[in-house]
Amino acid sequence: MASSIRVRATASGETTEVQALIQHPMDSGFIKDAKGEIIPAHFIQQLTFEYDGKNVFTADWGGGVSKDPYVKFAFKGGKKGDELKVSWVDNKGATDTTTAKIQ
Amino acid sequence: MKLRSAIYLASAALAFAALTLASTLPSGASDKVDPVADAKAFQKFFTDKFPKVKFEDFVNGPYSMNEDLYRQWQEKEQFPPYEFSLEMGKEMFSKPFKSGKSYEDCFPNKGIGIRQNYPYFDEKEGKVITLELALNRCREANGEPPFSYVKDEMAALTAYMAFTSRGKPMDIKIPNDPRALAAYENGKEYFYTRRGQLNFSCATCHVQSPGERIRAEILAPALGIVNAMPIYRSEWSGMGTTSRRFTTCNSQIRGVPMNPQDDEYRNVEYYLSYVSNGLPISGPGARP
Repeated sequence: MASSIRVRATASGETTEVQALIQHPMDSGFIKDAKGEIIPAHFIQQLTFEYDGKNVFTADWGGGVSKDPYVKFAFKGGKKGDELKVSWVDNKGATDTTTAKIQ
Repeated sequence: MKLRSAIYLASAALAFAALTLASTLPSGASDKVDPVADAKAFQKFFTDKFPKVKFEDFVNGPYSMNEDLYRQWQEKEQFPPYEFSLEMGKEMFSKPFKSGKSYEDCFPNKGIGIRQNYPYFDEKEGKVITLELALNRCREANGEPPFSYVKDEMAALTAYMAFTSRGKPMDIKIPNDPRALAAYENGKEYFYTRRGQLNFSCATCHVQSPGERIRAEILAPALGIVNAMPIYRSEWSGMGTTSRRFTTCNSQIRGVPMNPQDDEYRNVEYYLSYVSNGLPISGPGARP
């Protein structure tokens, strides 16, 4: 299974722009399936971006975030060729991590 | 008395008007099917209606109709939401079935770069064969259960096949077979026939009103609409095939949708694809 995270980071001048797309059902726990049974909540609780051993971006998410979420932000610093680490943890304890080279 | 003669006069004038109108029409236009002229007139209608839109941009549906939306979409295309489905389709496509064969064996050129030739008219069967139908037949021929026509796996497979055909102009042929012409004509009729509680035809939205808003959304032009299939729709939070588009369109106008790949849907896809001939394949697409 390929990674659930797609990330692209581009350094320009003093800042690095990061875009990421994550594959996740993000079920809120309030929706019923075709049989009328509730689909249990299943969503990412925390998403972190780490650069140079420091968190540059943390998102505390809940069931209100859409399926397959997309994030875009920029942070100060970051050099071409350096690594950016992305990871998430969901409410069932599942997790995924990936690293991307800054372009 | 006066009233009666006035009515008589008026109806005579009407009849006369109808006569002169009929004589100005090209002879036989109403009783002969001429797909070449049809497609030309269809494309001219859109290029006249939207002189600023580049011809090959019509395949981008609502984005070609609205600048703001166009910019948003270009940003979105850097990280297209159909990417996961595309990857799944690619993986599935070359993976062998239990029979040892794979999808590659069911299609010409191993299934790569052939999206623009679908749907085609099968002269042996006397019916229109869509890409989705061909995929499920391929599965059944290899002893696998068919997929649902509307989303998930089917969308992933067609997404991959469309992706490998991107940029190739739609190239639908109508063979010299009266049944092929009948299928085309039938599809055209379906496209322009009003139905459902709202009494809409496909053309009401996608020929009369592209670029207009329908609630918060912008209607796509019928020209090139099939070239972008399958699509990731944010509204669906997922992928949908041409079949999904047809069935949901039917229920949105409060009609009763048919089953995916019923003859009428196959014919209307045939018609729509034919009149979009020459426009590039742009699928898989992303729509709001």
